Amino acid sequence: MNNKPSQPLLHRVAESDRATVPFTLDGQPASALVGDTLLTAILTQCGQLRRNEFSNEPRAGFCMMGACQDCWVETASGERLRACSTLIEPGMALCTGGPSA
Amino acid sequence: MTKSSLQPVVVGAGPAGVRAAQTLVSYGVRPVVVDEAPRAGGQIYRQPPSNFKRPAQTLYGFEATRAMAVHSTFDTLTNQIDYRPDSLVWNAQSGLLDVLHGPTQTTHRLPYQQLIVATGATDRVLPIPGWTLPGVYTLGGAQVALKFQGCAIGHQVVFMGTGPLLYLVAYQYAKAGVNVAAVLDTAKLSDQLSAMPALLTQPAVLLKGMYYVAWLRAQGVVLHSGVRPLHVLGQTRVQAVVWHDGKKELTLACDAIGFGYALRSETQLADLLGCHFAFDPLQRAHLPERDGAGRASVAGIYLAGDGAGIMGADAAEWAGELAALALLTDNGVAVDSARAQVLEQKLRQLQRFRTGLARAFPFPQNWAAQAPADLVVCRCENITAGELRRTAQTSGADELNRLKALTRVGMGRCQGRVCGVAAAEILAQATGQSVEQVGRLRGQAPIKPIPIHLVHASAPGVNA
Repeated sequence: MNNKPSQPLLHRVAESDRATVPFTLDGQPASALVGDTLLTAILTQCGQLRRNEFSNEPRAGFCMMGACQDCWVETASGERLRACSTLIEPGMALCTGGPSA
Repeated sequence: MTKSSLQPVVVGAGPAGVRAAQTLVSYGVRPVVVDEAPRAGGQIYRQPPSNFKRPAQTLYGFEATRAMAVHSTFDTLTNQIDYRPDSLVWNAQSGLLDVLHGPTQTTHRLPYQQLIVATGATDRVLPIPGWTLPGVYTLGGAQVALKFQGCAIGHQVVFMGTGPLLYLVAYQYAKAGVNVAAVLDTAKLSDQLSAMPALLTQPAVLLKGMYYVAWLRAQGVVLHSGVRPLHVLGQTRVQAVVWHDGKKELTLACDAIGFGYALRSETQLADLLGCHFAFDPLQRAHLPERDGAGRASVAGIYLAGDGAGIMGADAAEWAGELAALALLTDNGVAVDSARAQVLEQKLRQLQRFRTGLARAFPFPQNWAAQAPADLVVCRCENITAGELRRTAQTSGADELNRLKALTRVGMGRCQGRVCGVAAAEILAQATGQSVEQVGRLRGQAPIKPIPIHLVHASAPGVNA
């Protein structure tokens, strides 16, 4: 089992023969697939999307359907995007709120 | 009134919204269909992005025929409706909706004369300590990951809570090759047995449910019923789940959890529109009132599908069609009244089955009494059960909106979608009232977060 914080949370079980999309994750080059949400793009690489503003603890979304609002991620330019309902685009620079504690 | 002067808007393109739109089109009316998703289908028949390749049979299983019918119906309508995908209705008032277009981040005002609200549902959640850890998702969320993205939430997954979705999602994960470590149901086998007569009124649906359970058992998946979930263990992600089986505590290692307790309706728009609500003991929720055809208490507003009370996807299709027929009738269009009667009857007949489901998967009524003080109830702003109880006791707040004002529970980004049910249960328990008595969180615009400059630019008078 993957319990290290840096380990991906999600893994692909289907639909993995799609074209790749380059983006950066916390400043590092990363690769997603066309049709991935930001949530999928990030959580197939690491274990969190953001940190909660009140507890500072890592969060990784919850409802996946635009209701809970617990998956808003920041871009390097400070824009905020809802990760479960925004599709990845080439060159996006996404930030997960710093390394996991 | 002539058909051409009708300006109906349908909010939501799930099974209810699609059938409503189809019905309006079939009578020569061109509705606007506003949907938050990029593609029609709602949550249950959610379509993956267009470059995904899995067949409908893989995505929707036994529901593939129905899903494809809803999708293909909608595809045939696109030239006959004004379809606005990626569009969130974030505010509603008499005759006017505020709509945010996601991709362009612009908002505009959409006038309507008649409105069919088909806003669907989300998972009903009762938190336990550790539920905010990465790796814990709703049952619906776990299903979305698989259906919409071809991803599993973990390698050793526990599904927990109660309701039909519990076994369906576990089945779908196991079918996809994921190790389902256990299915933990808070309902007892005796609940399911006592519900049998009512469930037998829809034998095909019952058989599907029994099939999922039997299949999981045949695959060697551990199924426990009558459990009480206690907490999720882990530092920065899920490592194990702990529950009580009635005799002792048990711990099981896992790296992800999907949980939920059936569904709750998305009622914010009906609320903003001033619809009367009434408490429904079966669903343990305040729901917008509607007549047998879907007419709300406000003239010109119609309610269809799970957004007005959980009845399931098949009922949503009937209710969408029926609401559209009611809308047409109210505007002087001669409709097939025999068809309307058949639909009303089908919906009435489903009531007994829904009562059976509520008995088979009962709401854990003692949840609030057992919630520990340090349990985070509001995951937006980290407000605990202890804080809610303390505030209720020291301030005398005995109504949910008062508690919200004092503690901010239900005021965070989710607007109470996730915490509202739990907060009402805690307040009721702390003040010795019923859930009906503590009331419901009032809807507030914007009903979901939108960029602040758009609020000021478009909607004077709205306090963000």
